[in-house]
Amino acid sequence: MSETQRVGTVRDINGPIVTIELPGIRHGEQVKIGDLGLFGEVISLNGDRAVVQTYESTDGVRPGEPAEGLGWPLSVELGPGLMGGIFDGVQRPLEKIALLSGDYIRRGIDVAALDREREWAFEPNRDLEVGQTVEPGAVLGSVQETETVLHRILVPPGVHGELEELAPAGNHTIEATIARVRTRDGRTRRLQMYHRWPVRTPRPYLRRDDGVAPLITGQRVIDTFFPQLKGGKGAVPGPFGAGKTVVQQQIARWSNADIVIYVGCGERGNELVDVLETFPKLDDPYTGRKLMERTLLVANTSNMPVVAREASVYVGITMAEYYRDMGYDVVMLADSTSRWAEALREVSGRLGQMPVEEGYPAYLASRLAAVYERAGRVETHGAGSGSVTLIGAVSPPGGDFSEPVTSHTKDIIETFWALSKELADARHYPSIDWVTSFSGHVHTAAHWWHENIDASWEERRREALALLARDAELSRIVNLVGPEALSSSQRWDLEGAALIKEGVLQQSALDDVDTFCSPEKQFALLDLVLMIYDLGAELVTRGVPVQEMQRLPLLSRTRRIKSLYSSEQLDEIEAFRTEVEQTLENLRLEYEKHEEQAG
Amino acid sequence: MSIKEYRTAVEARGGLLVMKQTPGVAFGDRVRIEDHAGGIRNGQVIRASDEDVLILVFEGVEDLDLENTWVRFLDAPVEMALSPELLGREFNGLGEPRDGRPPILSSLRRAVGGSAINPAARTYPREFIQTGISTIDGLNSLVRGQKLPIFTGSGLPHNRLAAQIVRQARLKNEDAAFSIVFAAMGVSYADAKFFRDEFASSGVLRNVVMFVNLADDPPVERLTLPRTALTAAEYLAYDLDRHVLVVMTDMTYYAEALREVATAKGDVPARKGYPGYLYSDLAEIYERCGRIHERHGSITMMPVVSMPSDDITHPIPDLTGYITEGQIVLSRELNSQGIYPPVHISPSLSRLMKDGIGKDDTREDHPRVAAQLYALYSRALETRNLASIIGADELSTHDRRYLTFADAFDRRFVGQGENEDRSIEATLDLAWELISIFPKDVLTRVSEADIAKYYRELDESQAGSAGGGPASGVTTAVQSHSRRRRRSASGAQPAGAA
Repeated sequence: MSETQRVGTVRDINGPIVTIELPGIRHGEQVKIGDLGLFGEVISLNGDRAVVQTYESTDGVRPGEPAEGLGWPLSVELGPGLMGGIFDGVQRPLEKIALLSGDYIRRGIDVAALDREREWAFEPNRDLEVGQTVEPGAVLGSVQETETVLHRILVPPGVHGELEELAPAGNHTIEATIARVRTRDGRTRRLQMYHRWPVRTPRPYLRRDDGVAPLITGQRVIDTFFPQLKGGKGAVPGPFGAGKTVVQQQIARWSNADIVIYVGCGERGNELVDVLETFPKLDDPYTGRKLMERTLLVANTSNMPVVAREASVYVGITMAEYYRDMGYDVVMLADSTSRWAEALREVSGRLGQMPVEEGYPAYLASRLAAVYERAGRVETHGAGSGSVTLIGAVSPPGGDFSEPVTSHTKDIIETFWALSKELADARHYPSIDWVTSFSGHVHTAAHWWHENIDASWEERRREALALLARDAELSRIVNLVGPEALSSSQRWDLEGAALIKEGVLQQSALDDVDTFCSPEKQFALLDLVLMIYDLGAELVTRGVPVQEMQRLPLLSRTRRIKSLYSSEQLDEIEAFRTEVEQTLENLRLEYEKHEEQAG
Repeated sequence: MSIKEYRTAVEARGGLLVMKQTPGVAFGDRVRIEDHAGGIRNGQVIRASDEDVLILVFEGVEDLDLENTWVRFLDAPVEMALSPELLGREFNGLGEPRDGRPPILSSLRRAVGGSAINPAARTYPREFIQTGISTIDGLNSLVRGQKLPIFTGSGLPHNRLAAQIVRQARLKNEDAAFSIVFAAMGVSYADAKFFRDEFASSGVLRNVVMFVNLADDPPVERLTLPRTALTAAEYLAYDLDRHVLVVMTDMTYYAEALREVATAKGDVPARKGYPGYLYSDLAEIYERCGRIHERHGSITMMPVVSMPSDDITHPIPDLTGYITEGQIVLSRELNSQGIYPPVHISPSLSRLMKDGIGKDDTREDHPRVAAQLYALYSRALETRNLASIIGADELSTHDRRYLTFADAFDRRFVGQGENEDRSIEATLDLAWELISIFPKDVLTRVSEADIAKYYRELDESQAGSAGGGPASGVTTAVQSHSRRRRRSASGAQPAGAA
């Protein structure tokens, strides 16, 4: 990709938007601006002049300073050493930058994403022989990147031909030659353990597949009520304070994905530090190793340059696709896509482009759709099935879901976890609103639940949602005329819905026991609560006063079961269930006796 | 580049000055302007090109005679001189003295623009700050390195609350007082005087640096003022190892000044005429707060943001809420009932509370008590609404308990004296006193162990009167507790006095 480097001149500086004069520069090309060497990207061309968005502050740059075209578009390095790392919006390693430039990020600092010195134990693919024809995506070998992640070294896209040489097992740096391939045009390509890929171009795959398995997040309201598939795309919209970040972090912590990529896009520095400090200490519930070993962070805090914020989402999703190509299930969390959209708006505003809705440019919807479409489950070229699940947080201004970013996102995604201010104000967390949220994957997820957990899952889920819907309606009546207007069975409906809310839907991320809930426990809790409701409803129709039912200590105990017993203590939950059944049965017998006497 | 002087101004509008034929001027540089009368104004380059240069004039462009305006590019960014002598002084938005004393002489000058803290160099804030205010300490705890704004409206006592926090804020187990950086943008003379007197009378003045731009000072200067103030705060925190509390009032006036300049520049407006970069711009300011690895000092921030027409969804409070780690929201309704401080807890939030409280920091029951109070109060507000429709008499005994609780909570937990400094233990004890209005089986957010340790056994008739204590906020938990004991000993129980 490299060509002779060309140097032009800076003509105009308007914040992060710089106009340069450099004949022959291409759209999308990377540029180094001024004496400081600030990185930027060409976003429009007009004759010999090009408009560049810079990833760093342009303070102190003068017209007349040099501008150098680098000959390639914004690209990331893909190879071993990414896992466990923390990168800025243009994939510079922040920990290394901290060593080089101290507490603040110095401008113009140029550090490669991957460590050039580090040696990796390369294990060649024993099934490959010299002389064999290889295609892009073929597995050349592997290195153990972390204890959890086996990093497969693939033939990069675009390289077809005959394998001339494959390195034996041994320690190599990422720049060492591990294979040579004679391509069809007769040239020999030297392959290393890493390659570069332009972030705005989706990585190729063989074909797209339908998602089949749910992504288990250990969060009841998600897995049980609004399930997401591996390879699905979802959004978490919510006003500030509703708990978007906690929902995203819980998914990052507990989901059964192989790789988690967390993109902090225009968010709070202190929250990112929380992730940075807690993840290395957390255990992965599936492997028992440290969570950080399968996690990668991209951090562009809200005070870091706005243009790098726009890039950060592409940088994240390209790395996600890279691990997908190795046959892994990857979850990428983008917090928040609204900040990304606002970065688009900020740049388009500076370019003087005509705004359409609330100042956003006309291409907002198509850009959003293009990003979300990079998620999906695919058949890779050489490593079987892999998937990228993309979950974006949306921060609608004023909590108004009709604003452009939320409404366009809603058109694209399949799973919508709407956070509610009212629930958050009542400290009902996660504040995912069961009325406005939806999942297009319930039917597919049901196959998995029926096969692995219980055949009545879809039915039980429907019952619970129906009861919650009745509750919403009855609550409106109560708010108008008071609870006395309700019949006793209606009042029992309210009690049943309250049990679902407190015993199932509410789940504290801070509670050591309840922070993760296995699918088995999720179903056990749901089934328990619905059983109490069903048996109770029967008792109420027989004339047992609702007040008497409410006084049963087992109700308040039911609300605590979620944090009393962990996912491993299903037997205890079962024992409690039997106890409850017995108590309610006794109550029924007592009343029957009573009725007989009265009769 | 040598320092040159030009007389090539061609246009002046809305705080901006356009210059022609001024080659090689750096973006962001400081500018000195001499007008026809010999007056000196300051400016900054906000767009630089071959053809023309756009200058933001901090003192405004009123009365400029373009023919006779001399512009000098100082070839340096806007800077602030820094030395320990800052403390006790008062400056304007450019860091020039306002108190009639000589300027700070120091070889240490820093650009006020700052740069982004590397997230990898930050430390997570987790040290509990006791403000002595129950609604903050108990339910929305502040920690060192946090930015927690006060969302308020015109006529609400945010200034008194901010002053009380400045007076009382301390770390639980440390005596070291905070150094205060006070940044006032577009406030009235009376408000500025209130703070100045407040600092003087409480004896903290030697520990305060003030940056003041009054309502009738040039609005453009408000754009640099918070940056200058934060440059001073960073110096105090990271060079002098002090813990700094930055109080900024009022960010709404800052944002309005930004809008004024943006409009003059012709920027494409996003919401309500504010430019699309308002979020990034506010973030540049707010995100300068925090804690850094291996640095002793810290910056904690309490910006005051007034919500135009009390609208929390207005772009300024809205974008602020997306950047800051929570918010303290003041309520007009509580204020009109004479409750001080009128903190409405439902929309208030502290995101960093979880790691600053609990067993080792405050008390082991704190997180659950806070969750329990929130849950009860939320239900209590619903009940109050219901009572206003169907009448309190129609409510069940159980529901009436929520009314009792809501009233007691507003008057005794939220309400407190302006000079009342409650310890966190007193706040939590008071919380338990209120929680104990309810029977134990309602309390699902606290643990059984908490109940065994802290729950106050009361019989039904006493439950009614627990909330019926006098409205005076000066009553401490201990006093009211002993009074209740006395009353129950005498056996005279006014039932449901609330």
